[in-house]
Amino acid sequence: MSEQRSGPLSSAEEPTPSVSQQSESAIDFFRERFDLNEQGLEAVLGTALERKIDRADLYFEYTTQDSVSLEEGIVKDGSRHVEQGVGVRAIAGERQGYAHSDEISLDSAQLAAGTARAISESGNAETVAAMTAPGGEQHDLYPLEVAPTEVPVEHKVQLLSEIDAYAHQLDPAIKQVMASVISQHRQVLVAASDGGLAGDIQPLVRLNVQVIASDGEKFEIGYDGMGGRYPLEQLMQPDVWKPLVDEAVRVATLNLQSIPCPAGTMNVVLGPGWPGILLHEAIGHGLEGDFNRKKTSAFSDRLGQRVASEGVTVVDDGTLPGRRGSINVDDEGTVSRRNVLIEDGVLVGYMHDRLNAELMGMEPTGNGRRESYAHLPLPRMTNTFMLAGEEDPDDILRSVDRGLYAVSFGGGQVDITSGKFVFSASEAYLIEDGKIGAPVKGATLIGNGPDVLTRVSRIGHDLALDRGVGTCGKDGQGVPVGVGLPTIRVDGLTVGGTEG
Amino acid sequence: MSGVGSLDGQALIGRAMARASKAGAQQVDGVLIVSDSQEAKVRGAEIETVKQSQERCLGLRAMVGGSEGLATAITSTSDLSLEAIDRMADETVALARATAPDPHAGLPDGPFASSVPDLDLADPADREVPLESRIEEAKRAESAARAVDPRIDNSEGSQVGSDWNRIFYGNSLGFSGEYESAYHSIFSEPLARSGESMQRDYWMSVARRLGDLADAAEVGRRAAEGALQRLGARRAKTGEVAVIFDERTAPSLLGQLAACVNGYSVYRESSFLANQLGAPIATRALTLIDDGRKPGGLASRPFDGEGLATQRNVVVEQGVLKTWLMDAYSARKLEMSSTGSASRGAASSPSVGTTNLWVQPGEGTLDEIVADTEKGLLVTELIGMGFNPTTGDYSRGASGLWIEQGEILYPVEEITIAGNLGEMLQNIDRVGSELVWHGRTACPPLRVAQMTLAGE
Repeated sequence: MSEQRSGPLSSAEEPTPSVSQQSESAIDFFRERFDLNEQGLEAVLGTALERKIDRADLYFEYTTQDSVSLEEGIVKDGSRHVEQGVGVRAIAGERQGYAHSDEISLDSAQLAAGTARAISESGNAETVAAMTAPGGEQHDLYPLEVAPTEVPVEHKVQLLSEIDAYAHQLDPAIKQVMASVISQHRQVLVAASDGGLAGDIQPLVRLNVQVIASDGEKFEIGYDGMGGRYPLEQLMQPDVWKPLVDEAVRVATLNLQSIPCPAGTMNVVLGPGWPGILLHEAIGHGLEGDFNRKKTSAFSDRLGQRVASEGVTVVDDGTLPGRRGSINVDDEGTVSRRNVLIEDGVLVGYMHDRLNAELMGMEPTGNGRRESYAHLPLPRMTNTFMLAGEEDPDDILRSVDRGLYAVSFGGGQVDITSGKFVFSASEAYLIEDGKIGAPVKGATLIGNGPDVLTRVSRIGHDLALDRGVGTCGKDGQGVPVGVGLPTIRVDGLTVGGTEG
Repeated sequence: MSGVGSLDGQALIGRAMARASKAGAQQVDGVLIVSDSQEAKVRGAEIETVKQSQERCLGLRAMVGGSEGLATAITSTSDLSLEAIDRMADETVALARATAPDPHAGLPDGPFASSVPDLDLADPADREVPLESRIEEAKRAESAARAVDPRIDNSEGSQVGSDWNRIFYGNSLGFSGEYESAYHSIFSEPLARSGESMQRDYWMSVARRLGDLADAAEVGRRAAEGALQRLGARRAKTGEVAVIFDERTAPSLLGQLAACVNGYSVYRESSFLANQLGAPIATRALTLIDDGRKPGGLASRPFDGEGLATQRNVVVEQGVLKTWLMDAYSARKLEMSSTGSASRGAASSPSVGTTNLWVQPGEGTLDEIVADTEKGLLVTELIGMGFNPTTGDYSRGASGLWIEQGEILYPVEEITIAGNLGEMLQNIDRVGSELVWHGRTACPPLRVAQMTLAGE
């Protein structure tokens, strides 16, 4: 998969401003539009603390999202939605009380605070600390001059019409083209009773192209998409969207020729980029702080142990500029970080929100995220990827006599407790005598999280991140995430085909 | 919890529609959803989270006319001030002017629901039940789970929740209606541990009336038994085997089949069944019904997302595909009539959704079907999304119980089952007698004579 933006490993060297422009702008937005001043916020937090409450926080959100979609050559739908509200949380030990309202005002926050604190009985009140910006070096990962939701809808309609015409002229086998462009502009403000005050403005754009191809008998689908936290204009460049359409058409016509996939345990080569969903499912969720604090994860109590082959280093990095999974601050106001999860095969870190970090005596890692003001924050991934090795990807393919080469995937899922995970290949090939053979139908791959990375026998030098289409679901909450992987070989993975 | 009752929803929709019409909309409709919800989670003896909310969202669809059809836009807002509603109506019409006319777009031609029957979707008395007593139920589920066996020593918790929704709908062709519904749930997810092996499972109960929920202790106990049953799971050998889907996993097959009879998938030819109307697509033992008016049903509603009366649709009758599920738009595309299947949130366009979907029971209990199986897999949980509606190709991660000579021998995991849904439907050789509702979709146990299992 190609990279549209600066490489993932360069971000650590990029200078970051000490005061985030986005944070200040967001704080100003809420102050001016909704009259949320610091004294008022402190008063609401004071209400939340009027019982035996350790800590309270307020989360204000104002999100605009628009979407335009095309089908059968017609831009059939335009939509625009505003989601706004405030969530108030009160924490007492391991208990959390949460109340939210879809009205942004100090009054509605006061009411919610009265509800949220009911989690605890009456007692001595903590005091609210004065508001300050979050500690640490702050980021400005997605500066923006024009919000994607402010780009005129006519431009979006024009883009989709061009995509439709282009796709149809690529191949007469293409029967249907569906395309959509989605723009989101999210402004958030977090205020905590121990003094943290942070804001962020998070743009998010996405382009989806799906085509249906037919050879006269069968029909097959091809999909590609891309997106991130960057100006929409970037997606509207023909040299950016044309390759996307090419890819969707290529996959649909390829699928028309695919043969049944073999079933059983075999050596699998995963291509670079989106196949990094392996990491997300196999180990990422299992390393989230809540499951490990409660010891319900197959990775519980395994810090310091070997969980992967030598040479395998996996990081979760919320600080990559412009990435879909990146955040300047998380939804508790903690500045995002680059966290090493597995270093040279050894488990070295979990991903935390504040609550689970405190209960485990660890540091918050900037992974406290939520879908919206209507949800409690949870430890969540950002951009999760494996660092590059040194091998030539062609040599890795040549090392396999008979196996599967999987280059693109649909979704995946994991059972945190047993460690069993699946992810479904949408483009895969047989490997025969070290060469790429026939394309095979999609198949689900299944493995055991704590053990699968110990079966990684070769790591390529071609690390790529995905193109920005991932959404992770947990407890009914969806958040945008990224993944990445170099070409790797995994020995003995079970492939769920139909050919016994 | 008085928020749901006190709002004049029809007046707000009426104002938005009038403003949009004045701005030039030829047709318009509006949905307002007002929700109160509360949920609590208990882990061990301790409360973990308590969550309460009230939400309101108004959605507006406006269509502007032309000789070539109507151009459509949808907007939504949770700001219900009159200024915000007026602004939204103007914006919706402006947005509609930017999209393209479509000869098939528009409100349904009717007939709209002539009455709004009481489908027993909520019990006002349940509103008086305090959250504290629900929390006690969660604690009972939690302790019942842990009492089953000392190996149940941890959990992801037990959860209770209640949602109250009031749904208002109105359109410019003169239909307006509203109804109230409730949704109560209890859920338990314990962990079992033995040596190095750790397994979870869940059990849940959902109902429109609190009194119809399963007993909390029963929910905890069954979840714990499920987790214990998985301890010591092995893998199974790759090969062709019979696969039995139980009351929790069989409904997922119905959901996948429903995606393939959805009118949108059909006119787009993105369903492998697109040319099969009237054809035998499944074993004669299979009759599939979607009924939006089942009294007390978890997906029942008096009218659909476009104001049309909901109805009972026999989708598959003795194996023969009888109808697609359609809303007004997909029906026009297919030159048919809507089946009253429009599903709609405040912030979304109408789409096709199932209501209460089930397979008519056949013969034999699950135990009898297992006893009648020479060698095979009883699937108790499926993970992953490995299903392609365009081709019917099916491949999912599974765990369950291994059967030989009619006996359950041991639990299995880290395997996949694969096939093609079209062939699987033809190869169903047993449809069981037990129909248990765990949600919107219910299915008796089904046995597929042969699927490919991938394992060792």
